[in-house]
Amino acid sequence: MTLASIMPGPGLVGLLTIFVLAAFVGYEVISKVPSVLHTPLMSGSNAIHGIILVGTMLVLGQAHGTTQLVLGFLAVVLATLNVVGGFVVTDRMLEMFKSRQAPRPRRDDEAEGGDDK
Amino acid sequence: MSRGTATDLVYLVAIVGFILALKGLSSPKRARAGNLAGAVGMLIAVAWTFSLPSVYGTTRNLVLIVIAVVVGASIGVPAARTVKMTAMPQMVAIFNGVGGGAAALVSITEFIAFPTRHIALYKIGEVLFGVIVGSVSFAGSAMAFAKLQELMTGRPVTYPAQQPINALIGLSILGLLSAVVATASTPLLAIVLALSLVLGVVFVLPIGGADTPVLISLLNSFTGLAVAASGFTLNSDLLIVAGTLVGASGMLLTRMMSEAMGRSLPNILFSAFGSVITAGTAEGAADRSVRSGTPEDIGVLLAYARKVAIVPGYGLAVAQAQHTARELADALAERGVDVYYAIHPVAGRMPGHMNVLLAEANVPYDQLKEMDEANPEMPTTDVALVVGANDTVNPAANNTPGSPIYGMPIVHADQAENIVFLKRSMRPGFAGIDNELLYDPKTTMLFGDAKESLTKLVQAVKAA
Repeated sequence: MTLASIMPGPGLVGLLTIFVLAAFVGYEVISKVPSVLHTPLMSGSNAIHGIILVGTMLVLGQAHGTTQLVLGFLAVVLATLNVVGGFVVTDRMLEMFKSRQAPRPRRDDEAEGGDDK
Repeated sequence: MSRGTATDLVYLVAIVGFILALKGLSSPKRARAGNLAGAVGMLIAVAWTFSLPSVYGTTRNLVLIVIAVVVGASIGVPAARTVKMTAMPQMVAIFNGVGGGAAALVSITEFIAFPTRHIALYKIGEVLFGVIVGSVSFAGSAMAFAKLQELMTGRPVTYPAQQPINALIGLSILGLLSAVVATASTPLLAIVLALSLVLGVVFVLPIGGADTPVLISLLNSFTGLAVAASGFTLNSDLLIVAGTLVGASGMLLTRMMSEAMGRSLPNILFSAFGSVITAGTAEGAADRSVRSGTPEDIGVLLAYARKVAIVPGYGLAVAQAQHTARELADALAERGVDVYYAIHPVAGRMPGHMNVLLAEANVPYDQLKEMDEANPEMPTTDVALVVGANDTVNPAANNTPGSPIYGMPIVHADQAENIVFLKRSMRPGFAGIDNELLYDPKTTMLFGDAKESLTKLVQAVKAA
């Protein structure tokens, strides 16, 4: 048995520190969310945990043998679904906020929109 | 600069993107920019990961990764693009579930790949946490999808000794944990995985369709934590931070959502309400009379009103009637009727769901009134036209302390001079409780599919 396998070492404590700090940031960063935004926020954060894609890529990159390759492949497919689906769905939900800047579109607004490319 | 440092820096940029995304998504003005920041962060992180030696090390594995990403994207993008706005909630559920599944798979694969069976205790702990939480999220989201997609009943599913049985499943997982820790055995881990999937299913069964949004938010938070656990296993700061951000903000969001429904989270998760209450009220309903009107009657009522409130609910969403609702509003507005939409925060199946649907139908923004803004107008409103909503206008929330929805804020349609309900039947709403407003002398019912009824009303208003 190696030393590393019986002692956590500073690595684990470092990761724990990051974990605890991230928990506080996550809790503090959203505040007073209007109910209209509850669903988009859920969907947006849903897309963010799609970051597991990076983890699945590392796992599949290092995979040996059929079992690991199959599991890793499946994991990358699922994680990709999470990422692309999450962001696209959120964006579609948020389309409703597009017109908020100009509640009543007029002719001159449309001309402005034309320049905006 | 070494590649390791560069990687850490790139991932740090991605993390900042994710934090900005959460921050932006909390405010209507910056929501789109926020989502974009998150997407850019994700793109940067994923693109950089392709350059890592551990990923492009072997050509075969790299090719597999590319194929898997292409497969995932070519299923996910069209699905997310083409899904109807009414089906958004179940899409969020399913995309959340696959994330949980991916996290569980990462933990399992890493466990199998450990070079020796002498694995440090905390390593096994991380794997177990990722597997259990990830699979509960996966199976739970699949169930939530089935409920929302109406592949199964949206009602709470109960069976005898439900809580003891569920507790037993939970306890047997806990019991197995020590065995897995002691032996580091893969077959035992597979049993834990199977039991966790079962736990995810039985956890969701007793939760009613109306509460599914809160449930999905909770499972979303779980997936975040499972991703963080995978991050511990892989020694990845990026996964730990992003997963924990979602886990923590998701918990807070879940609480905010249940507060918007006037309920506590434990009440939503464990009370299985509805099943008991419906039995009691259904009998009382039978001998009470309701007044139903013809589309022509109601058309005249609407056409000669000064002020009309349209109160949309899930029935409008499911009938895809948002465009027809706008037609009716336009027809009324042409006659000089003051029309507005009174939107309950949890109308439909998710908070904000109605706003999305009505925005899709190009309803003018100034006609949309949030509940708090609409309620003071109700006493001066001539007709409240309730389209496929029920629980969100049920006065029992205000005046029946025993009711399961007691305390939930409602749209005060009952204060309008006349109330018109467009409903498919007298069936109670998601909460499974009777609505006394349906029997109110001020109320007229128009039975039928919301879209057909609205189409008839448009004709009736134009003819009036």
